[in-house]
Amino acid sequence: MKYAVAFRTIVAKEVRRFTRIWPQTLLPPAVTTSLYFLIFGTLIGKRIGEVNGASYMDYIVPGVILMSVISHSYANVVSSFYSTKFQRNIEELLVSPIPNWVILGGYVSGGIIRGVLVGCVVLLISSFFTDLTVHNVWLSAAVVVLTATLFALAGFINAMFADSFDDISIIPNFILTPLSYLGGVFYSVSMLPEIWQKISLGNPILYMINAFRYGMIGVSDVDVRMALAITCGFIVFFTLFSLFLLHKGVGIKT
Amino acid sequence: MKALSIRKLQKTYAGGVQALKGIDLDVEAGDFFALLGPNGAGKSTAIGIVCSLVNASSGTVKVFGKDLRGQREEAKSHIGLVPQEINFNQFETVKNILLIQAGYYGIPRREALQRAEQCLKQMDLWDKRDTVSRRLSGGMKRRVMIARALVHAPQLLILDEPTAGVDIEIRRSMWQLMREVNAQGTTIILTTHYLEEAENLCRNIAIIDHGEIIENTDMAGLLTRVHIDHFVLDLAREVDRAPHIDGYQIERFADKILHVGVPKANGLNKLFQGLSEKNIEVLSLKNRTNRLEQLFLDLIDTKAAGDQEFFRAE
Repeated sequence: MKYAVAFRTIVAKEVRRFTRIWPQTLLPPAVTTSLYFLIFGTLIGKRIGEVNGASYMDYIVPGVILMSVISHSYANVVSSFYSTKFQRNIEELLVSPIPNWVILGGYVSGGIIRGVLVGCVVLLISSFFTDLTVHNVWLSAAVVVLTATLFALAGFINAMFADSFDDISIIPNFILTPLSYLGGVFYSVSMLPEIWQKISLGNPILYMINAFRYGMIGVSDVDVRMALAITCGFIVFFTLFSLFLLHKGVGIKT
Repeated sequence: MKALSIRKLQKTYAGGVQALKGIDLDVEAGDFFALLGPNGAGKSTAIGIVCSLVNASSGTVKVFGKDLRGQREEAKSHIGLVPQEINFNQFETVKNILLIQAGYYGIPRREALQRAEQCLKQMDLWDKRDTVSRRLSGGMKRRVMIARALVHAPQLLILDEPTAGVDIEIRRSMWQLMREVNAQGTTIILTTHYLEEAENLCRNIAIIDHGEIIENTDMAGLLTRVHIDHFVLDLAREVDRAPHIDGYQIERFADKILHVGVPKANGLNKLFQGLSEKNIEVLSLKNRTNRLEQLFLDLIDTKAAGDQEFFRAE
């Protein structure tokens, strides 16, 4: 019961944080993705035609949604937890009798909620550009939640190690964004030369985007079961690693 | 019942600095306890370990009998900390800071609201409850930290220099508040650089220096060990030099001011008699140093001298 109250407190704090600054957190993805859909989907997409049997607009919608989920679930946790460290109110958590798994669960849940909300915003925007019928609702929802969980955990680990605000922007800018763009958001890997197809298979984001695309429009470049297994495997690993870091107090205790 | 029991607590930082060299310390339940020491002595490290902000290298810490390692959550639920530096979220309102803290301790929302109201009223902050905390004055921020530490009704309240940087009026009101909290049964451990504060508030005291406890006793007993009191005398007329009176150390500080060391055995009467015989009229007298301050400096100096002897012998 006590842990449930503590968990709810952290989640409520996190949700209040990003909803209070909604012009910075929820509005930008609406603008950015509108531009994606307008430029890539409507203007360029008409000339591209179909990809794997789907119109180009329909093909890119799942990738754009998931890319937004990835970046926002990550950004929420990394910025919030690092700010907590920076302002030293992490000490409130360390002094209090909250188990590490509740702290982790609270912050990650905050990231998941923001990721899912942003996903919904982008889905709503996409409805102005195309009439999308969802192929498998449950699979789509599961992939969104699992992906948000994975990248919220990754953001948490980044924040644990971060010593400055620069440290929390390096991974999103130099790793996450390139991997997302190269993960088949705007193209099918089958369009790439063979060597690049093989290299692309080493990109975990490719699996998540394709699993979500399968859930949304029934088209995928990879085995969806393998995509789910890889995502779950990363979640387990990142969860254990985060708990280890909290236990050792890496970056938060002397 | 011991509120805090520390055994063989050691901390060596990554750079090799040994901040704590195996200290033992007991604080009885209900006590108002002073933990003093110069900067870098190890008191913040000790408090950091008790509050789970610093990892100990070895040793045990028990809070009301609960081991901080084995029964972590139970031990921590007894502790409230008022840290040295402002560490609450400066973008939250005062009330939310307390509600979040209460939530961390598992207090349901309805009860948390009641406790927050009670603590904020006690700290005279109720009318500021909806103010964003960064807009508060320094003294108010300090009171917010005390209110936050009290919201879960801790049995052990640790105050790490709570009155640093606040004006004398606020400091006095905070002393009154700390007395009230202690009178309600909360054990208090206080670190401070204002030794007058420790002397006024605390019943027992430990002095830590170079990572070791060099004194651990009751305040009254410690103060009886002051053999010389130091006074400042304001004179009616100028004096050219310090008068000589047997048994007293007298220095001329300014034309009309003398500094006098008065051994307890000699008392003040003989001093005034001697001054009167020399036709020196005293207008007023005040303590030059706080008694505890004098003892503290003596103890630290003795320890430093001992260390120097040791190194010379080595």
